[in-house]
Amino acid sequence: MRFGVLRFPGSCDEVDAQLAAARVGDAVLLWHGDRDLQGVDAIVVPGGFSYGDYLRAGAIARFSPVMESVIAFANHGGLVLGICNGFQVLCEAHLLPGALLPNANRRFTFRQLDLEVVSTQTAFTGACQEGETLSIPAKHSWGRYYADEPTLDELEAAGQVVLRYAPAQNFNGSLRDIAGVRNAAGNVFGLMPHPEHAVDARTGSTDGLRIFESMRLAVEGARA
Amino acid sequence: MRARVLVRPKAGILDPQGVAVERALPALGFEGVANVHIGRLIELDVEDPSQLEEMSRRLLANPLIEDFEIELLEGGA
Repeated sequence: MRFGVLRFPGSCDEVDAQLAAARVGDAVLLWHGDRDLQGVDAIVVPGGFSYGDYLRAGAIARFSPVMESVIAFANHGGLVLGICNGFQVLCEAHLLPGALLPNANRRFTFRQLDLEVVSTQTAFTGACQEGETLSIPAKHSWGRYYADEPTLDELEAAGQVVLRYAPAQNFNGSLRDIAGVRNAAGNVFGLMPHPEHAVDARTGSTDGLRIFESMRLAVEGARA
Repeated sequence: MRARVLVRPKAGILDPQGVAVERALPALGFEGVANVHIGRLIELDVEDPSQLEEMSRRLLANPLIEDFEIELLEGGA
């Protein structure tokens, strides 16, 4: 199992994401200007401030050469995980529904959060227990998940809401407490909190590893 | 051709920047201010103004969350 972690000018969490992925498989960094995905089994679009967040977060990164390949990879069923800025990039690329807006609290906020696993029947949460709560940190100023009401109804009906902020944890004002969503096909997933920062007991929680472990199980299950 | 694209948050979407400014103005003694919304102004020279609509839809604005308005200016820079 080999992960490819994208690196844009302005990314800052790509090395943490690579180290987290390396706990369950191999992981390489992929430069934004290269179209070659080097045969990886799954893509991680990491956190940070790709292209300086100019215009809107993710708006420029979405048109980078590597993203052309990632969009084709996703359209052929490849697993793609977007974390924080990566989630914004995937929304801008229309690989995921909706958009991220400035936090309702108008502040950059860093907080360890409890996230409810809404569904374990996904390629990104298969290693979680039904009804489990994950302790994972979030750190952003642009994380309020938004989609119009009919889209939100559809997402809920189709089981595309994968993670929700636990009660009293939704500081950014995300609609319907949505912390993470997947696409209709189930192979693309984005979330604002950072599972790659919750992989070592020395920093408080290893719950983030479950996301990477789930992806490994999904890839190896599909291969078997 | 010189053009302007005005990008605004869609009506009904919470605009935290607008809220912050709306609260700051009375602190400076400006009373009676309401409904402050903050958007972006993009000015550009274009050879083919007919492309502005698609440029705006694909990059300059995100139509899911923003409305945009194109204004053509005489002459150019």
